[in-house]
Amino acid sequence: MANTAVSVGGPTRQIRYGSVSRDRKRALIWSYVFLVIFAIFFLMPPVYMLITSLKTSAEISAITNPWWVYNPTLENYVSLLTSPEYLTFFWNSAMVSIIVVTITMVISVLAAFALARMRFWGSATLATGVFLTYLIPETLLFIPLFKIFAFVNELTGIELINNWWVLLFLYPTLTVPFCTWIMIGYFASIPKELDEAALIDGAGWMQTLTKIFIPVALPGIIAATIFAFTVSWAQFLYPLAFTTSTDQLVLPVGIITTLIKGDVFNWGQIMTGALLGAAPPLIIYAFLMDYYIAGLTAGATKG
Amino acid sequence: MAQVTLRKVVKNYDQTPAVRGIDLEIADKEFVVLVGPSGCGKTTTLRMIAGLEEITGGDILIGADVVNDVPPKDRDIAMVFQNYALYPHMTVHENMSFGLRLKKVPKEEISKRVQAAAQILDISELLQRKPKQLSGGQRQRVAMGRAIVRDPKVFLFDEPLSNLDAKLRVQMRTEIKKVHQKVRTTTVYVTHDQVEAMTLADRVVVMNNGRIEQVGAPNDLYHTPMTKFVAGFIGSPAMNMIPCRLEKAAGGLRVTLSDGVSFPVPEDRTARYEQHLNNGQLLFGLRPEHLMDAHAHANPHQHPFDVTLEVTEPMGMETLVYFPINGIDICARVSPNAGAQAGSRLRLLADLDNMHLIDDTSGRVL
Repeated sequence: MANTAVSVGGPTRQIRYGSVSRDRKRALIWSYVFLVIFAIFFLMPPVYMLITSLKTSAEISAITNPWWVYNPTLENYVSLLTSPEYLTFFWNSAMVSIIVVTITMVISVLAAFALARMRFWGSATLATGVFLTYLIPETLLFIPLFKIFAFVNELTGIELINNWWVLLFLYPTLTVPFCTWIMIGYFASIPKELDEAALIDGAGWMQTLTKIFIPVALPGIIAATIFAFTVSWAQFLYPLAFTTSTDQLVLPVGIITTLIKGDVFNWGQIMTGALLGAAPPLIIYAFLMDYYIAGLTAGATKG
Repeated sequence: MAQVTLRKVVKNYDQTPAVRGIDLEIADKEFVVLVGPSGCGKTTTLRMIAGLEEITGGDILIGADVVNDVPPKDRDIAMVFQNYALYPHMTVHENMSFGLRLKKVPKEEISKRVQAAAQILDISELLQRKPKQLSGGQRQRVAMGRAIVRDPKVFLFDEPLSNLDAKLRVQMRTEIKKVHQKVRTTTVYVTHDQVEAMTLADRVVVMNNGRIEQVGAPNDLYHTPMTKFVAGFIGSPAMNMIPCRLEKAAGGLRVTLSDGVSFPVPEDRTARYEQHLNNGQLLFGLRPEHLMDAHAHANPHQHPFDVTLEVTEPMGMETLVYFPINGIDICARVSPNAGAQAGSRLRLLADLDNMHLIDDTSGRVL
């Protein structure tokens, strides 16, 4: 068609057209160049951790090529995995993260559904308010929270500080606002007619949520779950401030407090601990990514 | 099965009125089409019947019950949406049976009803597919199937064919009519397409600006419109409307369009029109099909006049010709054999038995 249109008018001047395939090739080359640079940049730390974790303390402090293991050993892994302390940290971290993710998803899915779909007075303002709370950094929050816990202790005698489960109240202050925000966005993208059809079909609000919204918004829920898990698993400041006894510590704080003694850094074990600690999120990502299929709403309405 | 009654139904969005007091009786098993331009309040009216919009004033009755405050699920209605609104994660079977499963209808019963509806709509082989594997027409059938299996009191259709291409639209229009003839459920159907309205409806409700302009059988609306709006809205190409004067002449009345064109008013209308002799705001209305090419067997109320054609549009079975009178473009349907050519002169016949006289001030057809 385009050719016909050009030839009808007759060529009055020469126009140089770029070749589509040449443009695409150039774009691809540049994509690969930058992807390789980024991959190297981001993979270097974990690779270095892996290398160091396989070395003895003597080899780490020796002046040899730091990127090569001359006498590989699993000594660090064995000592950590047989240490009851490390396993306690791991257990605490796992419990905290799993419960926090559950609490977060229940609250944020319900809140997002209400804010996105049930039109009520002030819902738009509330939705913005939820996001604004996320903008307050934890570094600002932990001192007032500490004060509140101390106050609760004075008032009721319940000791909240230095218990791993107190983190279950703290982490949702970080995860709930953001996850709610993600879910509001996701729910808002579901066509209005879908819940109206469900309402007419006889579903109540709760049935509309569980039978229509949650299955349709599954990619969004998975994204929010991954976020909540990562935040809980990697959280450092709150457990550092609120837990002190060794048996109450979670992994990131536990590694730092037990493996750094004074100014002696046990690098081999620190690297091993961090590497093992990074494994669960990786496994969860790999597992959930399979379910993270975009375009689940395809076919609901006119495309 | 049930009748639907609207009594002085009003809907305001904040201070903006969308529906300004509608009275309508829809009989049991009747197929009523609400038609009108965008923003006339037809979809709002339908959504109020469905219970998806709260009403500001008045009453809506389904059967004998006032349903103003009844939630949609308890109104026993089914709705087909413009964009289908199928549940994307469910198969066609699951989509159609969703409402029944919520009502805890026994499995065998569900299966029987879904099969029956699928047979009516000819989608039996699609039952295990997901909506994304279906074409637009098939999705629309599934949406209808979802409505049929519920066996509701009332079907509500919200512009169900607007998303389909022209050919499929005509096909689905026939399907909808067939389905209604089979299931005989009271149906309220919203469209902006007057052809759809005319072809489907037992009665058409023409709406404009939040009010009902006229309710009537398709042919009544076409032949005896009561307002200027209905006269212009129903029929394609639209009715020609030309400013005119009504004058007394020997033996009766005449309408004069311009210095050159003047027609005698048929005698049976003289008495009705006489009181408007001094009205300076009259329009002469005549549909394009009542302006035909001159032929030998004209009856006494078909009056010839000559025009110079500006544009001709051959449609195959007929040719639409356009020419100006008083600076207004007039359309006529002539035979393809009339030899109509742009720029040429043509003798036309105006069939005055089908003329309308419209008071432009009040918008009433006289």
